[in-house]
Amino acid sequence: MKYDVNEQGFYGDFGGAFIPEMLYPNIQELKSSYRKILNDDAFKKELASLLKDYVGRPTPLYFAKRLSEHYGANIYLKREDLCHTGAHKINNTLGQVLLAQRLNKSRIIAETGAGQHGVATATACALMGLECIVYMGAKDIERQAPNVSRMKMLGAEVRSVHSGSKTLKDATNEAIRDWINNQEDTHYIIGSVVGPDPYPDLVTQLQAIISEEIKKQMDGLPTHVVACVGGGSNAIGAFYHFLEDETVKLIGVEAGGLGIKTDKSAATLALGSRGVLHASMSYLMQTSDGQVIEPHSISAGLDYPGIGPLHAHLHDCKRVLYSNVTDQEALEAANRLMQLEGIIPALESSHALAYLEKMTFNSTDKIVINLSGRGDKDMSTYINAAT
Amino acid sequence: MSTLKKVLETKKEGLLNIYCTAGYPELNDLPTIVNALHDAGVDMVEIGIPYSDPIADGETIQKSNAVALKNGITIDLIFEQLKECTPDIPKVVMTYFNPVFKYGLEHFCQQCQKVGVDGIIIPDLPIGLYQASYEEMFKNYGLSPIFLITPQTSKDRLQLIDDLSSAFIYAVSSSSTTGKATGGLSDGNTYLSGLKDLGLKHPILVGFNISTSDDLALVQKHAHGGIIGSEFIKYLSDKPSPEVAAQQFVKEITKG
Repeated sequence: MKYDVNEQGFYGDFGGAFIPEMLYPNIQELKSSYRKILNDDAFKKELASLLKDYVGRPTPLYFAKRLSEHYGANIYLKREDLCHTGAHKINNTLGQVLLAQRLNKSRIIAETGAGQHGVATATACALMGLECIVYMGAKDIERQAPNVSRMKMLGAEVRSVHSGSKTLKDATNEAIRDWINNQEDTHYIIGSVVGPDPYPDLVTQLQAIISEEIKKQMDGLPTHVVACVGGGSNAIGAFYHFLEDETVKLIGVEAGGLGIKTDKSAATLALGSRGVLHASMSYLMQTSDGQVIEPHSISAGLDYPGIGPLHAHLHDCKRVLYSNVTDQEALEAANRLMQLEGIIPALESSHALAYLEKMTFNSTDKIVINLSGRGDKDMSTYINAAT
Repeated sequence: MSTLKKVLETKKEGLLNIYCTAGYPELNDLPTIVNALHDAGVDMVEIGIPYSDPIADGETIQKSNAVALKNGITIDLIFEQLKECTPDIPKVVMTYFNPVFKYGLEHFCQQCQKVGVDGIIIPDLPIGLYQASYEEMFKNYGLSPIFLITPQTSKDRLQLIDDLSSAFIYAVSSSSTTGKATGGLSDGNTYLSGLKDLGLKHPILVGFNISTSDDLALVQKHAHGGIIGSEFIKYLSDKPSPEVAAQQFVKEITKG
């Protein structure tokens, strides 16, 4: 595939493994084995069976009739919110837990922002009987309380991170540090298409099932696929099998926060420049001195100052159009979906839905929105916004 | 020949390298601290250029980085401060790839040469990228790249690192973040006692988790010297005069 990672771990200018020597053996081990394991028949069979019977895949591609009437186009929702644990994140964590078992790792660590990846990791670890430690920013622990309780009930230890902005970026730093200190028995399950090579590709391959299913479920090709982008795993999942179908317009929607003209935003591609964050070359929000800027988004899952290297590449070669919507626009889109379709979306996914407001349609357009997660975890934000 | 290479040439054992974070504890303390360390007999200094996301560092150095950034430290200001430091002590800078990349690598190397920096430690700079893009540049500006090795670094990789080095090699005492270990290093540590038998051409300085004078004596016995970071930063944090503190710290750690 022309957009796949090359031997050196790069997508065009982006990617690579900017890691300290202490992590070199772990990354080498993963790099030399992940493709072989992912393509192994027994692995594929075990993962496929879990995705079907445990996660509930394939998730429906739902024709949203009233939303379609509202916009005058054909709008389909890819219902990742119906996955077990309530978001697409479980596609990745189940695959990586099976991978960790084959690498003989008994301890799993993860970072989480909104808590969806943390819950999905805790779930997969409970299922396989593995020790699970989740790093989460102190600020996120506060605003995503239900998911913190879920992780704990599932047997995971949640470690509060107080450095930096106390959000996803800092939780990721802390998980990387844990891995440096516990490399022999530990596998790090990164939750998005970020991090050092081979993680962006590993997570891409595990999330690609989303677009694989959309392709089978759809009669012909869609005209548009729209997904929200923080690190970018649900978006890559939804785009992957359409990347070479150049007629399909792919749109990634970043979190604009209070707006990209303010200093409260998380729209990395709109505001960032090239650099290395979490061990890969991509775009990131930074000062002229290369210090990472603390982002802002109402959505903890999109509150990240970087973006996966494949997205950076797809942006630069213009295969995907990246846009952004504000906190307010996302909230309005969430309410629209609740009232027109009876679905409470995650705040993250609401950013993708909000992009519909910015589109002009032909009545024959077939637009797929990746509804990456459900909104239970965001109830307090929705309630506060309504009052 | 650089000041760093001269020191390595003339002193073959018992080297002491002390790390300090530029901009910490106060914005303009760097020259005072470096000059005091020189007066106290330290062989070389490692100057940390603060970064918002130092993934290889433990809590102590993370905090010193955050404080320094809050104090308003910038790369340009650090180069200004380095001009005020005595030229007689060898200086290496330690930072992460992103600040240097954003500043511009060539510009960064130029500035280093101007202010008498002899070596650069960038722990997250991949060796392959260094060879492909920066080896020539470092040479042109008289800068020695300083690479880390760990107990897990393979033989082939050690050889490659030795070949690419031109000053010293930085051995981490165990695979960890900085300032992590508790309880000190043990005399029975086979990694440390095997360092001299690795057969490397360049001197080896051991860093990470050296917190007592016994630790220092141990690594100075098994390698060419030791590097102390977190322990010094901790020591500086509650002392009124960085100058006095630097001198006292060296006295205590060397049992001088």
